[in-house]
Amino acid sequence: MEITFQFDWAAAFGSIPHLLPGVPWTLLISFGGLAIGFFIGILFGLLRISPLRWLRWPAIVYVEVFRGTPILVQVLFIFYGLPQLLGSPINALTAGIAAIAVNSGAYISEIVRGGVQSIERGQREASLSLGLSRSQAFRYVIWPQAFRRMIPPLGNQGIISIKDTSLFSVIGVGELVRQGQIYIATTFTALEVYFMVALMYLVITWTLSILLRQLERRGLAGQ
Amino acid sequence: MNDDATQPIVRMQALNKHFGDLHVLKDIDLEIVPGEVVVVIGASGSGKSTLIRCINGLEEYQLGKLEVDGSQLLPFGKSNRALQRIRTEVGMVFQQFNLFPHLSVVENITLAPMKVRGWSRADALETANRLLERVGITDQAHKYPAQLSGGQQQRVALARALAMEPRLMLFDEPTSALDPEMIGEVLDAMRELAKEGMTMVIVTHEMGFAREVADRVIFIHQGEITEQGEPESLFDNPQHERTQSFLSRVLTH
Ligand SMILES: Nc1ncnc2c1ncn2[C@@H]1O[C@H](COP(=O)(O)OP(=O)(O)OP(=O)(O)O)[C@@H](O)[C@H]1O
Ligand SMILES: [Mg+2]
Repeated sequence: MEITFQFDWAAAFGSIPHLLPGVPWTLLISFGGLAIGFFIGILFGLLRISPLRWLRWPAIVYVEVFRGTPILVQVLFIFYGLPQLLGSPINALTAGIAAIAVNSGAYISEIVRGGVQSIERGQREASLSLGLSRSQAFRYVIWPQAFRRMIPPLGNQGIISIKDTSLFSVIGVGELVRQGQIYIATTFTALEVYFMVALMYLVITWTLSILLRQLERRGLAGQ
Repeated sequence: MNDDATQPIVRMQALNKHFGDLHVLKDIDLEIVPGEVVVVIGASGSGKSTLIRCINGLEEYQLGKLEVDGSQLLPFGKSNRALQRIRTEVGMVFQQFNLFPHLSVVENITLAPMKVRGWSRADALETANRLLERVGITDQAHKYPAQLSGGQQQRVALARALAMEPRLMLFDEPTSALDPEMIGEVLDAMRELAKEGMTMVIVTHEMGFAREVADRVIFIHQGEITEQGEPESLFDNPQHERTQSFLSRVLTH
């Protein structure tokens, strides 16, 4: 039997102009969601280690709910479910950003908690013994060290969230996968187009990895 | 502030401390007067660290009375304003140095004077440089802790505590984490400090040093002060059997 199958490079390169419009959407949803998720993560991560139980448990519930359910279900819930509750539609971009925000927020909470808890007890004790208040100890001693340790897992979460946005084609946002699907519907070159889509995700995630590695190196230069 | 030289700077009365079911400090009575150098000795787990950590409120106690530099420290860590005040007046040096690894040597030293005492950067820097010279660390001000030897780190930690101009210094086994060849340089710096009249409470296993600098040695056994006295009498003529057996164990090493 003869192999008739062939990879059509021309079709692959030809798809680029049709895919590129998806890139800003992917970036907007990823980074918009991650920026909000970062603040959610700091807030809930710190609540999670509060000495007050009634501050801790909302954070625990939040993390368990959003880490324990699939992000696809979360975005469908936000896009199709919430409007029934609110009585007004939510646009797909907002729904996508919100889904990344609450989902990454749950994971980032855990990263923040882990980062802060990883700082040796002696750091806090030395700070307090010098007369620093608890909040000064946190601000000047604990947090700067914790943040440095959080950079690698935060980068990891960033990459995961960027890839998660590919699921949002189901709600019709014009991100990368969605642009690919639209283009394939007219050309039937699924192999070449999805290959290019994958390549574009790689370019985005590699770029982020390299930037983070530089940030990390700069952070460590001081030590 | 309590400037009356005859008033104790630390006054513990029937102090009791539990870790859960474990009764770690039992009815401790202890008074320390300004200028006094007190060395605390005892076996591992006897409660030495817990005792001195109560003085600056790093550990809370449950029963008894504790007054430091004229301020009451309440039981159960009931954080009162006094706690913060006491901590600015009481310095501490830890076994593991606990320098801030993300800050340079000089930043380690200037942080608290600037943030707690409200000193200007220039004043804090001047003090830092003076103290670094005093503990024998020169030309290292802009290095980071990880770039220093253990002995240097501990001397920086001492300078950091002294920068707050404390009235009392606590030391919890300051040389136990050091390589043997670096112990001397830290003890020298402490010896200097004692000579200058600093009030010091020192937990250490360095018996030679204790004998030399201590005004009083306290032996703790299972959370109780079993025996105390001038170093000569305690080391050469211990009254209690427990003190004798402890000393015979550590002095033969
Ligand atoms: N945070 C804690 N929780 C529970 N138990 C503790 C805690 N800290 C100390 N202990 C216990 O209290 C007792 C006294 O401890 P402490 O650290 O004061 O002893 P130490 O005399 O300083 O011993 P070492 O010479 O080993 O430093 C020990 O039995 C110890 O296990
Ligand atoms: Mg100890």
